[in-house]
Amino acid sequence: MARHWRAGAAGLAVLGLTLTACGGAKVGDDKAGSSGSSGKCGTFNLAVNPWVGYEADAAVVAYVAEKDLGCKVTKKDLKEEIAWQGFGTGEVDAVLENWGHDDLKKKYITDQKTAVEAGSTGNKGIIGWFVPPWLAKAHPDITNWKNLNKYAAKFKTSESGGKGQLLDGDPSYVTNDEALAKNLKLDFKVVYAGSETALIQAYRNAEKNKQWVIGYFYEPQWFLSEVPLVKVELPAYKDGCDANAEKVACDYPEYDLNKIVSAKFAKSGSPAYDLVKNFNWTNDDQNTVAKYIAVDKMTPEAAAKKWVEANRDKVDAWIK
Amino acid sequence: MTVAMEKPEKTQPAEPAAPVKEARKVSRSMVVGAILVAWLVLFFVLRGKQTLALAAADLTDLHRWFNDVNDSIGANRNSNPLFLYFFNEIRLVIDSLVTFVQELISQSSGDRPVPQIGWLGVVGLAGYVSWAMGNWRVALLAVAGFTFLGLQGLWQESMDTLALTVSAVFVALLFAIPLGVWAGLSDRFNRIITPLLDFMQTMPTFVYLAPLTLFFLIGGASATIATVIYAAPPAIRITAHAIRTVPETTVEAADSLGATRRQALLKVLLPMSKRTVVMGVNQTIMAALAMVTIAALIDAPGLGKTVVQALQSLDVGTAFNAGLSIVVMAIVLDRVTTAASTREEEARRSKNRVLAWRRPLLGAGAAVTGVLIYMSHTYVWAAEFPGEGGIGSSIASAADTATTWVQDNLSGLTNTIRDVITNGLLNPFQSLLTDSPWWLVGAVLIAVGVVLGGLRAGLTTAVCVGLLVATGVWSDGMTTLASTVVATVLVMLLGIVFGVWMGRSALVDRMLRPSLDAAQVMPPFVYLVPFLALFGATRFTAIVAAIVYAAPVAMKIIADGVRNVPATTVEAATSAGCNTWQIITKVQLPMARSALTLATNQGLIYVLSMVVVGGLVGAGALGYDVVAGFSQGQLFGKGLAAGLAIVLLGVMFDRITQAAARRTSA
Repeated sequence: MARHWRAGAAGLAVLGLTLTACGGAKVGDDKAGSSGSSGKCGTFNLAVNPWVGYEADAAVVAYVAEKDLGCKVTKKDLKEEIAWQGFGTGEVDAVLENWGHDDLKKKYITDQKTAVEAGSTGNKGIIGWFVPPWLAKAHPDITNWKNLNKYAAKFKTSESGGKGQLLDGDPSYVTNDEALAKNLKLDFKVVYAGSETALIQAYRNAEKNKQWVIGYFYEPQWFLSEVPLVKVELPAYKDGCDANAEKVACDYPEYDLNKIVSAKFAKSGSPAYDLVKNFNWTNDDQNTVAKYIAVDKMTPEAAAKKWVEANRDKVDAWIK
Repeated sequence: MTVAMEKPEKTQPAEPAAPVKEARKVSRSMVVGAILVAWLVLFFVLRGKQTLALAAADLTDLHRWFNDVNDSIGANRNSNPLFLYFFNEIRLVIDSLVTFVQELISQSSGDRPVPQIGWLGVVGLAGYVSWAMGNWRVALLAVAGFTFLGLQGLWQESMDTLALTVSAVFVALLFAIPLGVWAGLSDRFNRIITPLLDFMQTMPTFVYLAPLTLFFLIGGASATIATVIYAAPPAIRITAHAIRTVPETTVEAADSLGATRRQALLKVLLPMSKRTVVMGVNQTIMAALAMVTIAALIDAPGLGKTVVQALQSLDVGTAFNAGLSIVVMAIVLDRVTTAASTREEEARRSKNRVLAWRRPLLGAGAAVTGVLIYMSHTYVWAAEFPGEGGIGSSIASAADTATTWVQDNLSGLTNTIRDVITNGLLNPFQSLLTDSPWWLVGAVLIAVGVVLGGLRAGLTTAVCVGLLVATGVWSDGMTTLASTVVATVLVMLLGIVFGVWMGRSALVDRMLRPSLDAAQVMPPFVYLVPFLALFGATRFTAIVAAIVYAAPVAMKIIADGVRNVPATTVEAATSAGCNTWQIITKVQLPMARSALTLATNQGLIYVLSMVVVGGLVGAGALGYDVVAGFSQGQLFGKGLAAGLAIVLLGVMFDRITQAAARRTSA
């Protein structure tokens, strides 16, 4: 019996092998160099923070680093806090779009000295309160903060405890909204949606169903190309007016978004570091790539390829 | 935190006879009523005093201290010997394990552009293993399920997820089974480890995710360890339970035959509890799959990443497609392990004819699988899944269409439901909890604990209340408690309706079960986007999310309880002229009382485990604190404190409901 089945198994195996002998291309046949340019770049660990604008930055930088510099790019999807932590442990080389984050700068640049700044991305970050376009059209005066109390009752929801609701999003983002509402004596309560997804969905609904929503938002952001939210004027920002977090009564500053790299990476002499340092583009550029990814549902690689091919001159300036 | 297996034991010392118990039960509910009335009265007098409220950005000294500890660990990472010789070594071992499995099935290695085993080999291996350990039906399911993953266009992502799950489950079981056996043999060890397991299961992963990457760096090791922390406890608990439930007489028989401790363990206890232990393995696999999206936040490759990225641009279709892959994988693994746990009994029943053929068939199967693996190693067509994943994109667009339709057509109705429940139930209850002085709420909780669960439960409650105050997030804790209780009430209502229905009809059970499984493993955010459109970013959305996750458990437990009511009792009631309604309310539900308490217990714990997800969709309070602590360095301490508060709420309710369950079943 036992001999029987062993023979059977062997027979089957031989049969299988002969059948597959004519089975098509073998793994490793087409090895003819996919990446011909074998630069001295090595591995480049790029953090990707979780918003589409950043993903656009990362896609383009990674594409150029791979195709033009021959780097091996490892993208790591991480939140800001963890990405910065990675500078110290050597797991992350660069963060491409940093929004202020004075706390992290102090901890990792000043105290631990594991990170250094690598210049501006050229993008201007604008934070503020936004309303859906239909609302700005129907009530043009709503875009001035002085008139907000007039409409406060309209913004009431089940969450806002009788006041108007001011919707905040992801807790990672810089916000003074509670202090602002209090110091500007606005009859509004900050309600924490808790994620960007929740916030975008709220705006999308509001525009479609003509609902009253006011909340925290920022640009550059792909969603603005779908629903062009309108910014509400707060008292103008002046240097130092946000020095005391509890007494803030002015608008957010315009953020000069910048790049941060690990101290080790900055000294490595890697061409990828020069690329990161020179990388610079406009809000429109970023929005274009972000739209390819978020609205046209292209993969980040395809989106980057499309943009790079159309903007070869800009790319060449980064890697000259 | 307790697992479905830990039903209140019937071996408790017998309590007073029936009439006495009846009298005590009435008085007990009256006492609870009196406590509540007293609370209401005092609430109106003392409203708004000593509520321990803390604003979103404010910190207490404890929170700052947590921050300092975290910072000093980060700063000393490269010089601390604990890191150099302990954590780094652990990381190295686990990292090599993960990399090994990944290179085997999911990632390119060295010069090879594809993994060692391609799709054909994996599908063949999955089928063969399922057949060898289970039966041919689950083998077919495994082959079909795995092929479906490829057709969805997500082969590589699925294999990344599978690789991580396999590594995590392997590491978890390596520790869990010995620890479980120990906990089963030693009462003292069991008492020590139980609170630790509670902690591991209810502490929100978000709290320790960032520190984990500090200890074990970003990558496979951290993701695996995060998964192990969450997934090992069920296996430990169930193994301990299995060892404990081996009949004492059997062990005694072995003893009297002169078996040593070691022999008794290896020849009697382990073989006899094998079936239950496999159920523990099953629970561990399910828990590991539930971590897929969270692990993606620290760069774990796989399906979780696809879900998280798609949701950044609110691409529900793509997220749903990837979520469906997780569901398919979970169902396959669940059915295979379940079949494995019952295989021997089935084999015994199906006589010897098949059994005689089994060995030769197994050998032939192994040979065929070997050929498939060889082919998938060698040929491109068998290594890379062919096609563009067209099914995946049709699933995605169908999901998109369905979501849009629901959003367009149902939002009026849903807003009404939300407002009724929020204004009628949630708001009053929440203000009762948050606006009462903290000592009043604490006293009420302790009193209810004593009345329902006895002195010991009261003592636990007192300790938990004290620690809750110490965390500094009391007020947020009470807000979360209000939503949790409301969600649990709704879970129990649904659980009873569907549980009874499923318990009474095997057909309904079979129809509903796959969707219940899906609701449990589908990553919450996939269905939360449409919910956000329907209900807005509100506490109610968070409650709905919790219900979707927790109701299936309650339904399954109650259905099980109803089914276990002896058929003869139901028949007797029928012949006595009871109608269906009477049978349900007078016979089946009362006799399934211990299942009902267990369902409440589990329902509550599952609702608590969704607190953090709730924080992402507008629930605020503890959930938001945890999320904020994960995202902002200076809020880390507060997030940790909020996580501890969630654990404390969980432990408190677990102990009260368990003690109450022991009393009612006694």
